[in-house]
Amino acid sequence: MSDHDYRPKSKVGQWFNDRLPLLTLANHLTDYPTPKNLNYWWTFGGILTFCLITQIVTGLTLAMHYIAHADMAFESVEHIMRDVNYGWLIRYIHANGASMFFLAVYIHIFRSLFYGSYKAPREIIWIIGIIIYLLMMAAAFMGYVLPWGQMSFWGATVITNLFSAIPLVGEGIVTWLWGGYSVDNPTLTRFFTLHYLIPFLILGLVVLHIWALHVPGNNNPVGIDIKKPSKDTVPFHPYIVIKDGFALLMFMIVFAFFVFYAPNILGHADNYIEANPMVTPAHIVPEWYLLPFYAILRSVPDKLLGVVAMLSAILILAVLPWLDTSKIRSAVFRPLYKQFYWILVADVLILGYVGAMPAEGLYLLIARVATAYYFLHFLVILPVLGFKEKTLPVPLSITEPVLGGSPNLAAARNKESKIE
Amino acid sequence: MSEKKTKRRDFLFTATTAVGAVGAAAVVWPMIDQMNPDASVKALASTEVDVSSLTPGNTLTVLWRGKPVFIRRRTQEEIDEARKVKMEDLIHPEKDEDRAKNPEWLVMLGVCTHLGCVPLNDKGDYNGWFCPCHGSHYDTSGRIRKGPAPWNMEVPKYEFVNANTIKIG
Repeated sequence: MSDHDYRPKSKVGQWFNDRLPLLTLANHLTDYPTPKNLNYWWTFGGILTFCLITQIVTGLTLAMHYIAHADMAFESVEHIMRDVNYGWLIRYIHANGASMFFLAVYIHIFRSLFYGSYKAPREIIWIIGIIIYLLMMAAAFMGYVLPWGQMSFWGATVITNLFSAIPLVGEGIVTWLWGGYSVDNPTLTRFFTLHYLIPFLILGLVVLHIWALHVPGNNNPVGIDIKKPSKDTVPFHPYIVIKDGFALLMFMIVFAFFVFYAPNILGHADNYIEANPMVTPAHIVPEWYLLPFYAILRSVPDKLLGVVAMLSAILILAVLPWLDTSKIRSAVFRPLYKQFYWILVADVLILGYVGAMPAEGLYLLIARVATAYYFLHFLVILPVLGFKEKTLPVPLSITEPVLGGSPNLAAARNKESKIE
Repeated sequence: MSEKKTKRRDFLFTATTAVGAVGAAAVVWPMIDQMNPDASVKALASTEVDVSSLTPGNTLTVLWRGKPVFIRRRTQEEIDEARKVKMEDLIHPEKDEDRAKNPEWLVMLGVCTHLGCVPLNDKGDYNGWFCPCHGSHYDTSGRIRKGPAPWNMEVPKYEFVNANTIKIG
């Protein structure tokens, strides 16, 4: 990839770099050749890095004031909101930051699905990404438990009870997770510990994710392999840095809107009632970003199979590179896949909607159809489509459709402009 | 000669790996087991409840091991209703006689066997309990009649210490 024969200009730089080649790394990151046709959907990697750092910084500061004890957690959160200087701001950034993090990660994942970024040679990047996503869900769930409100308590009860569906050892596992016979203080303290740990695991995996990305380089909207560096690439700095920076600013406007104007709109009012093991709230729902999976869980009438279906819905993504048999990456050149892609997007949104509704009557029926379609998409449509679909001709380079020389010029340009 | 040496080396490898694996397991187990209920949690294993103020047709909810326990002093109607149910109508067949030794008193964990919510009293299609989370209906014996819950509400170990006191656990 980048030239490893880089040599710092200054004597001190050379002396340092010969002993620890950090400057070589910095040079690689700034010169890193990037496809010049990357659109704004590619800016979410940078946005996600920002989200992770924001969660770690606000989380560390909250931890200075929060008390992980069943008798004091709820009050300490109220103490943060009312007494701690700017505590309300830090907590609202952290709470809404989780939602923003998931918003960005869903866009990031669906960008990969559209442009086939998970395909060879980028399978490892994709799988690391799925592990990061799983860890994000674990961190978000445990973080939601910490304020020790009614939703915290009952969310923790319902989710940990999912493990009781496992035959024979299920009850033992649940008791082990709880450290008692119900969700209680031992559960809270261990959730706090793990909630603190997981972001750093994610940080490590992000480094691997980017490392694995820098081996083949970025995919791009045309989805073809490009020569690096060449006429088809631009250096990461300043071109991508500026573009990412601008997108980040736009994203922060949305973020700030939630923090300052609607800080509780994504939460649940019941979580401002202290946890009470004697009373269950009338309607338990997870945070919005977990709703599609919750809908899948509830759409299956059997307890164990419901849990299996929910987990499969996530884990099926990890084998996606092998389920999609098409050699063409970008949906731009896959007229049928493009349609199924948008049906899948709609399907997941519908699952999210019915996940927030009571599991009865029409909602239940819709949830079942949408769950079946979700699996149909990955297990039947994608493998078959790779063989049956007649794809459009793919250009030989990024510049080719623009500068001419291709017999398929019109088709490629037409398709590309539609996407951007 | 060389073959013999290889065998001795193999033995060393196997022995070292085996001892190493046992050692690793011995270190890992305490790390896993520390998460199980500790002595102070287990020490709260039993609770004594004064039920003298409970009149027929009312339920007392007490906390035992962090979970609600329903103590229901049933009316004669409720007992009759629970006892006349046919076993084949039940999802999880249990006789009311086995669930409530003393028919007037029904003691059970107030925890829905689906995903652990607390069912509501005097609600549902069977005049017993109704779980608001995912819609499970229980009868006057706390048996599951309709909905996603797989089992009846659990009857814990309990005994009457005297006429007015129940010891749970």
